[in-house]
Amino acid sequence: MNIVVCAKQVVDVGEIKVNPSTGKPILEGIPKKISDIDKNAAEEALRIKEKLKGKVTVITVGSEDARERIKEVLAMGADDAILIVPPDGADYHVVSNLIEKAIKDMGQVDLVLCGEASIDMFSGQMGPRIAGALGIPQLSYASKITAEADKITAERNMGDKRVVSESTYPALVTVTKEINVPRLPSLMQILGSAAKPIKIVKAADMGIPDLASKVILEDVKGLAMNRKNMIFKDDLDQAVKVLAENLSKDGVLG
Amino acid sequence: MMVLVFSDNEKIAIEMLAKAVDISKELGSKPSAVVLGRDGQEKARKLVAAGASVVYLAGQEMDEIKAEEGSEILHSICKEVDPPLIMIGSTKTGKEIAPRLASLLDAGLSTDSRKLYVRDGSIVTERIVYSGNGVATERFASKPAIVTVQAKTYDPLPPDDSRGGEIVTKDIAPREYGSKILKVESMVSEGVNVEDAQIIVSCGRGFKSSQDLKLIEDLAKSLKGYTLGCSRPIAADLKWLSEDHWIGLSGHKVKPKLYIACGISGQIQHVAGMRDSGIIVAINKDENAPIFKVVDYGIVGDLYTVIPKLVQAINEKA
Repeated sequence: MNIVVCAKQVVDVGEIKVNPSTGKPILEGIPKKISDIDKNAAEEALRIKEKLKGKVTVITVGSEDARERIKEVLAMGADDAILIVPPDGADYHVVSNLIEKAIKDMGQVDLVLCGEASIDMFSGQMGPRIAGALGIPQLSYASKITAEADKITAERNMGDKRVVSESTYPALVTVTKEINVPRLPSLMQILGSAAKPIKIVKAADMGIPDLASKVILEDVKGLAMNRKNMIFKDDLDQAVKVLAENLSKDGVLG
Repeated sequence: MMVLVFSDNEKIAIEMLAKAVDISKELGSKPSAVVLGRDGQEKARKLVAAGASVVYLAGQEMDEIKAEEGSEILHSICKEVDPPLIMIGSTKTGKEIAPRLASLLDAGLSTDSRKLYVRDGSIVTERIVYSGNGVATERFASKPAIVTVQAKTYDPLPPDDSRGGEIVTKDIAPREYGSKILKVESMVSEGVNVEDAQIIVSCGRGFKSSQDLKLIEDLAKSLKGYTLGCSRPIAADLKWLSEDHWIGLSGHKVKPKLYIACGISGQIQHVAGMRDSGIIVAINKDENAPIFKVVDYGIVGDLYTVIPKLVQAINEKA
């Protein structure tokens, strides 16, 4: 079984602050990591590999410094990785086409696993876009999957209903955070990951003609929360009294 | 050339049509809609009353919409209609169809668009990024532009049954895929609708057991018209409450006039679901919990002590 895991390097959104003078979010110096739900996808890929044998390849589209973060997934147990460096301003159309091409160039791929969405942008576009480009079935929002030699079954959280779907291979599955708890690699595995191959490719060298963004990101403004931010502690009896009074004054007590 | 609207959720389709009517004037086009699945005629009439000039019915034999098929059917209709703009309701079904359709059309897609307008002939949209820390402005550099739209982004037009509109049945057979739907179950639902709630009391991991949620019910009862909400672990991992209570980036997005978070640390994904609330209150024993950065009022203390005291204080006030 040849399995591809799509993993994105993201900034840790919990650490973002808004620059008060420019009104824009400060992204420089924010720690980067592999998007949480992509690690769930990697964990699922490794469990399938343990059950059915095969190979797990990580594909990342991102800047060259993503190499360090990819090592975390290799340390978990993935076999090798491809890091594609995209052109500036690449949108979902461009990125999904790069991943599609990389998958096609790999030859036979049976299963592609993605997180339902990345935690920075939370668009959830990549999985269905790649499946559409490859013309293969997609099982999205899987909270449980069972892979067998000839088919894969997924329990999918579709909001107000739970849908059980199955598919033959090749297929693409997007997973939710509940599906598993990603393993923490041992020190030996972390050290061992240094020897695993990461192939770095520039998008321009991939031979995709006329690849241009369809959506231009013009601006990102910070969204600061303007709240009263009155925090009470210590004297709890007084605190609840003042709070009840304030809520009453604010006219929100019904 | 028509603006095309699709949602498996009729309410969102009707809301999006109001915007489609509006923006069609600027684009020199007409608003149209697609209905997939059974009972199409009846649904189509409602969409005509809501502003659609044309409604396309397709896939009328489908009980469930598979993304592979839904996106192919929409693709086929788009080839005929040549829409400058496609609006898709941001339900789970819509969110898995829209990107697949975008890849079939080689088109741009912007998800959860909150604002949509035409500037110098280009379609421009705004959406929330970085889990609520930023608003991105995106311009479509090509046609068609595809957006997904959440519930309540637009106010529906008052239904007008005298409106004329064409209903066209399309017989489109998508190709066969190796996937099939085996089973569909309604999620265990407690019938709550957090998205419409005016007052929400919400619980998180600060509760030690599901029995202890009784505490929060006491608080909720002392407020009028309360609804019970929760953070991701309570619904998704511990399953103490059904998922219709779940507030957050991948749960429900809410804007009550009062939101009280009890024992919720305030992960950014949770805050993204409730940041538009009127007044935000938090009770948490950890002074450094991130929730305290986004509140109007916060009480640092053990919720097991604070909640009963607060119930009493509110009851005395009322």
